[in-house]
Amino acid sequence: MTMTETAQSTSQQTAAPRALKTPFWRAMIALAAKDLRIEVRGRELINAMLLFAALSVLIFSFALELDRTARETSIAGVLWVTVVFAGMLGLGRSLAAEKDRGNLDALLLAPVDRAALFFGKMLSNLLFMLVVALLLVVLSTVLFNVSLFKPWLGLVIVLGTVGFATVGTLLSSMAVHTRARETMLPILLLPVSLPIILSAVRASTAILTGAPQEDWIAWPQLLFAADLILLALAYVLFDFVVEE
Amino acid sequence: MTLVDSPARPSRLLTGMTILAVVMFVAATLMALFYAPTDQQGHVQRIFYMHLGAFMGGALAFLIGAVASALYLARRQKRWDTLALSAIEIGLVLSGFNIVSGAVWARPIWNTWWTWDPRLTSAAVMWLTYAAYMMLRNGIEDPDRRARFGGVYGIVAFTSVIFTTVITRVRPDTIHPVVVGPSPQNAQGSFEINSSAMTVTLVFNIVTYVILALTLIWHRVRLEELAERVQQIKVRMFSR
Amino acid sequence: MIEVRGLVKAFGLLPVLRGLNLSVERGAFVALLGPNGSGKTTLMRILAALSKPTAGTVTIGGWRLPEEAAAVRAQLGVVAHQPLLYDGLTARENLEFYARLYSLSRENRAARVDEVLARVGLAARADDLVRTFSRGMQQRLAIARAILHRPHVLLFDEPYTGLDQDAAAMLDALLGDIARDGHTIVMTSHDLFRARALSTHVAILSRGQIGYYERSAAIQPQELPALYAEVTGAASVR
Repeated sequence: MTMTETAQSTSQQTAAPRALKTPFWRAMIALAAKDLRIEVRGRELINAMLLFAALSVLIFSFALELDRTARETSIAGVLWVTVVFAGMLGLGRSLAAEKDRGNLDALLLAPVDRAALFFGKMLSNLLFMLVVALLLVVLSTVLFNVSLFKPWLGLVIVLGTVGFATVGTLLSSMAVHTRARETMLPILLLPVSLPIILSAVRASTAILTGAPQEDWIAWPQLLFAADLILLALAYVLFDFVVEE
Repeated sequence: MTLVDSPARPSRLLTGMTILAVVMFVAATLMALFYAPTDQQGHVQRIFYMHLGAFMGGALAFLIGAVASALYLARRQKRWDTLALSAIEIGLVLSGFNIVSGAVWARPIWNTWWTWDPRLTSAAVMWLTYAAYMMLRNGIEDPDRRARFGGVYGIVAFTSVIFTTVITRVRPDTIHPVVVGPSPQNAQGSFEINSSAMTVTLVFNIVTYVILALTLIWHRVRLEELAERVQQIKVRMFSR
Repeated sequence: MIEVRGLVKAFGLLPVLRGLNLSVERGAFVALLGPNGSGKTTLMRILAALSKPTAGTVTIGGWRLPEEAAAVRAQLGVVAHQPLLYDGLTARENLEFYARLYSLSRENRAARVDEVLARVGLAARADDLVRTFSRGMQQRLAIARAILHRPHVLLFDEPYTGLDQDAAAMLDALLGDIARDGHTIVMTSHDLFRARALSTHVAILSRGQIGYYERSAAIQPQELPALYAEVTGAASVR
């Protein structure tokens, strides 16, 4: 193609590509809504996650012999470890479901910002994790007689799961393309999400033991900063994961 | 353009650096063992010079790895990916030495090889994060995708390691001494750099490990490029 | 409509497409033939903006790839050998999801979904889960998904894979019907006779280049196997 032709074709249609793109929010919501609809109908993922979470709490309570004093200090750790492992269960399945029947390609064929696809997927993963966390809060309150219904704890749970779902969605979209992907996801994800898990556990423990706010307020702040950084990284890096 | 000037022989600069690195490494080790004075901890304190040197070399290698990862994603030139891989491999070796030498020091001073101190944990997590990077690369067939995913994970891993390090600095409950700068309150096994001989040994060790890291990375890059050349020749032979 | 100039695609060091040129005019139906490994799927993935070329230029409807990928995607419909549908959703839900991804307006959406469902003969099964569909029905639904947003260009990558005779005959009729709408179509296939019968042009891919390009009407069906062997034969020696 000659220079003049190139110039013509761009000048004729300069502004158009933007207009042809599906709006970011609409694409993102459509994708998340699709995942929720499949889940509401089949409940394959969420049932497995919830059952796993319940089993995990029971096993922890046997293994750690959680007595009255041990409960307050270790319940937060139990909660987060369970959320993380149940979350990984969900992450692996959710992206494998897109990849195995080629649906990931179908999503990429749409005139949609790649980041919108990422955030749609991340949103549905996040919702599943929050459901698991809610179950755990109820379960621990009933089983261990430790009330977890505290507004600050709620905030920490949201901040922690947002960070974990972000980095988890990014890394599981890479893990599905590797050999032995079921083992690859935890290996990739656990070391990298350590800052989030660590801050979330520290904050939760302090809140549950009733420590004064100035002692632990740094942890939710760190979590918030980590979330922002991870969201920005995922926004930039997801393009490189999906394009060939 | 490649970093390889001649396929068979290393460039003159690399040869020079290699000789320098070896000589400095021997000198630095001898300085740590004989030149630096003994303090109240006895001879075991001499490990510290190598311990910090290896940490600095490893940290520099990981930094190079992160920058090279970002450059690969931005430019899509194979050599940046080769550099990232090489730097991270060398970083793993040096930070591995950092952890092991720390454990050897801790045995007599803290009376244990290992303790779940935040600093030690963060060093271990850094090592595991980059071990995961190597696993990821080994799990991907397509060279293009391997490089792309390596770049993405290289950046995520570095960010996370920095964050973990920041978190461990926020926590006041470490027992790990800080020799350069104020040591934490409950640090056990602190000692002071109180003679010029100690300072000279420390600085010399750090410089040595930095040069060692750079030299090793360069050799590793060269090895990778030679392996690629072999591959290229193979492809050309078979597709004829 | 589709202009490909000097297209090169290499995986690692291995070149799959080596300076491929192809020009498809508006409304043409090109059957792309070639042995396994000749680069058919690679070419289709590049045309579909799923894969970036190593070198060369590709324009579709005046838009350049990969720079103006979003614009190309909006006017492109793709049917692959996998149906690219969600098992756990009904036919209608699948189409509505894709309609939203292609930003069809809310008012048009339901009507357009009904329209394409009727077009591919699945109106009666619209509210059944895709999981319960036969392979042929899934492939028809995949075609419905591809034409949903009224694309100018359709890419069919081995659409006949895994279909029995009845389903294949049904797909023949459907593709013939769709071709009359004036879409520009590129279809890869292993079935020489079917491809020739459906298409307006035949292209044969060999050694990463278009080794042969001719109007289908100018080729006698009985000559096609010998022609195909001649064009691709040189490649199979290596």
